[in-house]
Amino acid sequence: MPLTEQEHKELKTIAKKIRKDIVDVTHWSGGSHIGGSLSMVDFMVVLYWKYMRIDPKNPSWEDRDRLVLSKGHGGVGHAVILANRGYFDFELLKEFNQFGSAFGMHLDSKKATGVEASTGSMGHGLSQALGMALGARVLKKDWKIYAVLGDGECNEGSIWESAMAANHYKTSNLIGFLDRNHMMIDGPTESVMSLEPIDKKWEAFGWYTQVINGHDMVQICDAIDKALTHNGGPSMIICDTIKGKGVDFMENNPAWHYGGLNAEQAEKAKLSIDKMYPDVP
Amino acid sequence: MSPVGGLTWTVYDADKMTQAETYGLVLSELGKMNPKIVGLSADLAKSTKIGKFGEKFPERFFNLGIAEQNMFGVAAGLAKVGLLPFVSTFSVFASMRAVEFLRTDVCYQNLNVKIIATHGGTSFGSAGTTHHSIEDLSIIRAIPNIQLIVPADAVETALAVQACVEVEGPVYIRIGRSFEPRVYQTDQYGFQIGKAVEMKSGTDVTVIACGAVVYHAVEAANILEREDGISVRVINMHTIKPIDREAILKALMETRRIVTFEDHNVIGGLGSAVSEVIAESGKACAFTKVGIPDQFTPHGYPEDLMHYYKIDTDGIVEKVRELLGKEFEKEEDWEDEY
Ligand SMILES: Cc1ncc(C[n+]2csc(CCOP(=O)(O)OP(=O)(O)O)c2C)c(N)n1
Repeated sequence: MPLTEQEHKELKTIAKKIRKDIVDVTHWSGGSHIGGSLSMVDFMVVLYWKYMRIDPKNPSWEDRDRLVLSKGHGGVGHAVILANRGYFDFELLKEFNQFGSAFGMHLDSKKATGVEASTGSMGHGLSQALGMALGARVLKKDWKIYAVLGDGECNEGSIWESAMAANHYKTSNLIGFLDRNHMMIDGPTESVMSLEPIDKKWEAFGWYTQVINGHDMVQICDAIDKALTHNGGPSMIICDTIKGKGVDFMENNPAWHYGGLNAEQAEKAKLSIDKMYPDVP
Repeated sequence: MSPVGGLTWTVYDADKMTQAETYGLVLSELGKMNPKIVGLSADLAKSTKIGKFGEKFPERFFNLGIAEQNMFGVAAGLAKVGLLPFVSTFSVFASMRAVEFLRTDVCYQNLNVKIIATHGGTSFGSAGTTHHSIEDLSIIRAIPNIQLIVPADAVETALAVQACVEVEGPVYIRIGRSFEPRVYQTDQYGFQIGKAVEMKSGTDVTVIACGAVVYHAVEAANILEREDGISVRVINMHTIKPIDREAILKALMETRRIVTFEDHNVIGGLGSAVSEVIAESGKACAFTKVGIPDQFTPHGYPEDLMHYYKIDTDGIVEKVRELLGKEFEKEEDWEDEY
């Protein structure tokens, strides 16, 4: 369903808060994968607040939709989103990364409520999501399965093994989000291992593929609506994003793939996020 | 501060560098002398420090992207045509993500590929289970043809990296992630692949360790000697394969008590390798292996994890005291109940 103006405002308010919370948790924890967490915030907020059929108070509800963070190093972003969505108390993230906490850089599905799969090793999540999508077919369930991929992650051969299989089995209930932030650890994707034309690759593998601005919630909703009504096979939404989005000194800088923030840097980061949202209180 | 093997690397530098940084520097130096050396990484050139070599020799360095299986296959191909590939990624990915490519392409064909795997054991603490490699020693040890080294500190890393060039065939060197405490004050201690180093002599009990745990073993031995009057032998078993049988048998005969400590599952790693030698000797010995007790490790800062698994100084003191209360049984004491 297209975004109403009111909804758009609400979702932006949430996204702004989440970006700031990610900064805080990064500051508390000594370090996190902040760049790739900030790039995926907008479509994750749209999914968790507008589209996914979930009940945070009943995380193991059988009829829920499922989201697998295949780029598992986005754990800090995912944890902040789950906390804000009501899966657990945000205060728990004060101990993020510490021994004994349920939350660390890569989330453990046995410990972190709302996390559907333990990921962190690249190129595993899409296969697990495909398994869930096929499982829905066997069990005659109408679940939607969402998988969030990194662009660097698409270097892994296993991604293309699952891509091939998803098309083969025509899993229309599987919708992928590719966080196309153009960066990996060692630099820009096109200089480390070129991916382009990435949309043609997904298309060639039989996926219904759309390319959108991954920070524009109107476009995100439009793309999800189209993917949800497409019933010829799996869908991939390639979200053109900016790594570190919202924090000016991190944007498009591969050095901020992973990093820590001292108090002063955290303050600066939050001021920058304020500037990104002039119209959001 | 003596330069090592004609390299500009010095012991002095090792003090300021992690194992990985030392490796990056040494490999760059080796690259100058040996034009056959090529480097490979999988989007971890910066993290593993093989990128230092890549900066110096861009035409001899290949970043394969996040694609470890392909990387090992490519390394095999490079070795087949006479080059000397160094492959670097995190140990969890080197030993597991691409293991069949390492086993079948590299080891089966006995190719001259050197794997320098960083972030070994639980050293990537807060990254959690997906980034801990507590099975690597066990897995690599079970593959024929490959030699397995776990250096104790940056000095030993430099020596191991140089030494691995001198042996033909695959070698796997597992190092840590961060500032592993310095163990060696000199590089002139006769490092040799397959030859354990006695860090401290002792007659009551022998502690055998590898990697970053060696530092703690030496600290613990000093405490035990001071506080309990126990004479503790400490052995740095830097090479897990081929294991130094002689050093183990000597310790067995002379101290009759052996404890192993490792940042690894107690199944299949250093402790297992030592216990195999003991069992096959047919001689009695009180023995314990300490490490990760066959469970997936939680995340946490590395020092907290080492403490939890009793492979830091306190833990080693505690475990040695425990073993001292335990005698190996003489045959006449055996009861035939199981
Ligand atoms: C199998 C595997 N190899 C290497 C890594 C180390 N690693 C963590 S994140 C990352 C880069 C990810 O890049 P991308 O998928 O583009 O994520 P993003 O830029 O969105 O953070 C790498 C290489 C890993 N987690 N798993």
